Amino acid sequence: MVQHFCDWLSNTPVSLKIQTILWIIPAVQTIHILSVSFVMASMAMLDLRLMGIAGKRQSISQMVARFVPWVWRVLLILLATGTILTIGEPERELLNWAFRTKMAMVATVSLVTLLVQQVNKRDAAFWENHRLGAVAAGAVSLLLWVAIVTAGRWIAYV
Amino acid sequence: MSILRLCAWLESTKVAGAIRESTWLFPTIETIHVLCIVIVVGSIAMFDLRLLGLWSRDRSVTDVYDDVMPWTRASFVCAVIAGGLLFSSSATKYYHNIPFRLKMLTLLLAGINTAYFEFWTRRGIAAWNNSVRTPRAAKLAGGVSLVLWILVVAFGRWIGFTKQ
Repeated sequence: MVQHFCDWLSNTPVSLKIQTILWIIPAVQTIHILSVSFVMASMAMLDLRLMGIAGKRQSISQMVARFVPWVWRVLLILLATGTILTIGEPERELLNWAFRTKMAMVATVSLVTLLVQQVNKRDAAFWENHRLGAVAAGAVSLLLWVAIVTAGRWIAYV
Repeated sequence: MSILRLCAWLESTKVAGAIRESTWLFPTIETIHVLCIVIVVGSIAMFDLRLLGLWSRDRSVTDVYDDVMPWTRASFVCAVIAGGLLFSSSATKYYHNIPFRLKMLTLLLAGINTAYFEFWTRRGIAAWNNSVRTPRAAKLAGGVSLVLWILVVAFGRWIGFTKQ
């Protein structure tokens, strides 16, 4: 069924445009990578702060407020560029297990990030007071982000 | 010894051969390279945006600098090591690759921009450390840095499309 969808999608005018105008995919990928840069750098800092390993100059609450709203905005850019890339090469993404794993992990890490943010909103001192939970959230989040970037690169190889 | 001869020698090493022959070594090292680069670019962007007065305006420039630089330095070193390994596996091909050369040139320019900021512009930092509006030289350093690093990523991606 997915195969049929891919066949149909790859023959739409929009997909054909993306496939034939040679600079679109590299340019969109570059924007995608730059967006990943922002998210990875800020989430790495936040996660290591949650784990109590780095960045003690700011409180966890300050970091969450500083980074997370921007992460949501940049995630939208990632979704948009990712959609363009998928429309351009449906099979390469939709029939690829690295891609599917990546999307599942993006969904999961979004929930973790949302949890961290919403808990922080309700109680700004929560993550400072519940170290075990903070370390767990930070570790899971960091592992997922690294795995997401890895899966993203491996789409080309599997 | 010419650079091309050096590249040929690099390619002939056991390590380079192992990377070339293995199905998973190149993708793995490349993934590490990408992870390091995204941290470098993301962290430097944070500092550049502060220099431009566009982000983290409530914090002093040195606070942002102190938070960001360890990340930038550590991941840059890792990126170079991983990049060196990738390069060695097909050194002569990369040597002839235009986007690769452009990427190296851009890295050099980024280095010069950073050095100028470190040794010159940063001297008077006490005067503007806590203000949102930074001097022209600081804004320029931030803006140039952002543009150069975006180009590094773009050229890097382009290598993948043109390497023979």
